Amino acid sequence: MKKSFLFITCEEAFHICDKSQYGEANGWEKFKLNVRLLWCQVTRAYVKRNRKLTKTIEKGHVECMDSSEKNDLKLRFDQELKNK
Amino acid sequence: MAEHTLNPNTWIDKYSDYLFNYTISRINDREIARDLVQETFFAGLKSMKNFKGEASESTWLISILKRKIIDHYRKINSAKGKAEVRINYSDAESEGDWLEEQVADPFDKTAEDKLENEELGDAIMNCLSKLPEKQATVFRMKTIEGLDTEFICKELDITPSNLWVIVHRARQAMADCLETNWF
Repeated sequence: MKKSFLFITCEEAFHICDKSQYGEANGWEKFKLNVRLLWCQVTRAYVKRNRKLTKTIEKGHVECMDSSEKNDLKLRFDQELKNK
Repeated sequence: MAEHTLNPNTWIDKYSDYLFNYTISRINDREIARDLVQETFFAGLKSMKNFKGEASESTWLISILKRKIIDHYRKINSAKGKAEVRINYSDAESEGDWLEEQVADPFDKTAEDKLENEELGDAIMNCLSKLPEKQATVFRMKTIEGLDTEFICKELDITPSNLWVIVHRARQAMADCLETNWF
């Protein structure tokens, strides 16, 4: 099937929505998503849920170990495991 | 009957971020948090024989970590001496003001918010630890560490479209998990 200039599928809309959570969707993509949002309930529900997840994670202020910290810990722990 | 088992080979990948976030939200010092997480894993390894299988692996590790955090506070408190708060009133007339100071300020919700954010952070990390390893890694790098798509693709040797598929699946799983445990 020929790809439409303006109308996108649900999967494409989900993909644009995912990208826009990280500020990686461009203006044209956002426009196409907004067009689909006008009539597609499934997309509307997905966008709502996805935005809620983003806000929740921002609110949680979670912190992780960076890769080097984790690798150091892994090395030391593996050593301890071997000695056990 | 024992329902849960321990598999220390997967501890670092599955629980290090969860334990680290739990600690840093309570200790506020990255270096100490890292040390406490390491001590927790080592202590877990030593006391594996005491594991009865009644609690899940993550619950068991968190209970060890909680003791480590309490021990840490005990240690710093005994080193510093007991904390003291003194209020000096400048004149005799204002001496009764402490009564008003003890009344809770209805607009000060900082402590309550902090507690809620701590619990939310724990719930997020708990959900993250339940994701398949690849999804958890990509989600952590992209969403929590905020790394570039290009950088992640290089690090993990995947294509951008592959990354977005993984991100999509991880986000779905995270939303499902948080809907059950938080929303």
